Amino acid sequence: MTRVLAIMMGAAFILLLATLTLVVMPYLQMSAEAVPPGLKPYTQQELMGRQTYIANGCMYCHSQQPRDPSFASGDKDRGWGRPSVPGDYANDWPHLMGTMRTGPDLFNIGARQPSEDWHLIHLYNPQAVMKGSIMPPYRFLFRHVEKAGPNDKVVNMPPPYGPGSGQLIVTEEGMALVAYLLSLDHTYPAPTLPQAKIDEE
Amino acid sequence: MTPTIALLLIITFLLSTVGLLVLIWSISTNQFSNSQNAARTIFTPGEEGHSEDPAREDTSAYEGDSEAAKEAFTARWVQDQSSKPAVLIWLSSAVFWLLIGSFYGLLASIKMHYPEFMADSQWWTFGRIRPMHLNAVVYGWSSMAGIGAVLFLVPRLFKTPLRGTPYAVTGAIIWNIGVILGLGAINFGLSDGQEWLEFPWQVDFLFVLGGALCAVPLLLTCARRTVEHLYVSSWYFLAALVWFPFLFFIANVPKVFPGATGATVNWWFAHNVLGLWVTPLGIGIAYYIIPKILGRPIISYKLSLIGFWSLALFYSQVGIHHLIGGPIPTWLVTLSIVHSVMMSIPVITVAINHHGTMWGNFGRIKESPTLRFVWIGALMYTATSLQGSLMALRSVNVITHFTHYTIAHAHLGMYAFLSFILFGAIYFIMPRLTDREWPWRRMISLHFWLVAIGILIYFVSLTTAGWLQGLALLDAKTPFLEIVQMTIPYLQARSLGGGLMVAGHIVFVVHFIFMLSRRGAMTQGPTLFRVRTKEISQ
Repeated sequence: MTRVLAIMMGAAFILLLATLTLVVMPYLQMSAEAVPPGLKPYTQQELMGRQTYIANGCMYCHSQQPRDPSFASGDKDRGWGRPSVPGDYANDWPHLMGTMRTGPDLFNIGARQPSEDWHLIHLYNPQAVMKGSIMPPYRFLFRHVEKAGPNDKVVNMPPPYGPGSGQLIVTEEGMALVAYLLSLDHTYPAPTLPQAKIDEE
Repeated sequence: MTPTIALLLIITFLLSTVGLLVLIWSISTNQFSNSQNAARTIFTPGEEGHSEDPAREDTSAYEGDSEAAKEAFTARWVQDQSSKPAVLIWLSSAVFWLLIGSFYGLLASIKMHYPEFMADSQWWTFGRIRPMHLNAVVYGWSSMAGIGAVLFLVPRLFKTPLRGTPYAVTGAIIWNIGVILGLGAINFGLSDGQEWLEFPWQVDFLFVLGGALCAVPLLLTCARRTVEHLYVSSWYFLAALVWFPFLFFIANVPKVFPGATGATVNWWFAHNVLGLWVTPLGIGIAYYIIPKILGRPIISYKLSLIGFWSLALFYSQVGIHHLIGGPIPTWLVTLSIVHSVMMSIPVITVAINHHGTMWGNFGRIKESPTLRFVWIGALMYTATSLQGSLMALRSVNVITHFTHYTIAHAHLGMYAFLSFILFGAIYFIMPRLTDREWPWRRMISLHFWLVAIGILIYFVSLTTAGWLQGLALLDAKTPFLEIVQMTIPYLQARSLGGGLMVAGHIVFVVHFIFMLSRRGAMTQGPTLFRVRTKEISQ
């Protein structure tokens, strides 16, 4: 049995050390890092929208992590913003950094597209504002009604993208998602970035 | 920053010292002497030089030329039968999840270039279908087929019947419930929100329990082993058994790792599922099946042990190369890049052993379906690992990160490497368990060509798309929408490749079901080496 135990202990020990370097040390270092003062906490509605973002898998096509321009200049030049720092994600449970850019980075989408109506139209039918986009429509976040109630948010789709007759209203879930997207604005300065990079901004 | 670097140096030093100690220990306890004898433990006395290939059409029957040899064959037949209920339930479940998983994969692929396809309902939206595909094929197909193959090989490796089979059967039932609930949760929008960790943590307990129940028979059988040497496959299986629960538990503990730290834990886990869970299973199976079919031991047993320990040391630290350029400390990324490049050491040692053992016998892949699948899988392991080391370099990663290139690479690893080896293993195992032939050899051939051509189209089209996409993304003068449009023909080609793969799976599953329902011709008794099909049918 000794050899079996030795193999298993050896394997466990190596992984333990890897956990120390790849999990524990980064955790200690990053949780000690200052949170930028400009970072706002999420509101209740934005948090609900964040859950909608997760539930419908937005992160499989959109990243939230602009890279350093000295490494990949395209990110900044496309207007996706300054390189992100660990403190920017202090309120994120879980992180939604993403690994794919089938669509553009959304780290600063709230600053880039501040219009609520644009987001609603885009979610209902991306083709209405982005002809040729391969983003799927999220019609299930909207309801098609005869006549909108007094508290309903009506979406005015440009023809021919609307439902034709009646009115289009957004569900609570859809409204929350837009609120979350608009909250994605990290244009405040990040004091932990090296000074030279802030000057470039 | 200085204390961090100092700490890092100390830890790296510790790590290499441990590696060195393990090596010294191995040498001092004579792990390396008789090394080539250890490589022969997979053969029964006198079997070396004879092929064991249950799925091949035309094998000369070798039944042992002495009493001892015949006895050893009978013992092995008993060992094979001892694991039958456990292996059958794990493999059948795996095959079912393969079909479900690849169906969702194909749907997701079509949605990528045809966004209006089934877009009206949240149940079929891309962002839910895609993680369902990943989780079904990783935790349903790959993990379950891998565990099934391990349960079959363990009695053979330890030369004693499997003990505690009911634990493994119960484990499979619980694991299946876990996959069903997990996929259901994703479909209902209850995902945990991190790639590879989408299953809600409440469901994850089922996997820990199911996996632990599988560990019981493994350890019980190991304790009763009658072999002197532990063959290298068992090293990999024992280690994987330790690694997976460890990783899965830490990564799934809820509400511990916020934001950026969460991202490092996420990718530390996700790459270790590949490196320390499915890779050891895949390599371990190949280390058994290739020499067994060829009837010759692996060329260097010593090298295989170096490969094992270097895999453990280097693979456990590569995960953060998924965050190159991301908002995490530079030293952490650099550490993972260094280890990713160092991974070429275990990869090359495994390659020398697998391909070196094949050397001079490549003609055999024409007749043996198992060998064809397993060896091509092993070859793709070499390819995908070396590609992975290159992709971790900053200069390459800046192009390939965030593009379809990564998806192509992932499928080269999970499909062309791992799934091919698992297909081969199933073709090898099933005739041994059921004492039946595979009913239609042409279906094996059809399965092979459909999935081989499918993955080739898949890989080539997405690799090209990803590279072009990556180059274009770096240049802000190319409008984003133009890049999206540029990738569409490649995405359509991917659907074609994926469609062929799904067709191949349907052929495979139908064949598997016929095998289970005992349609094949009966083999003759516990000889373990088949005689010609024609003779049986007469």
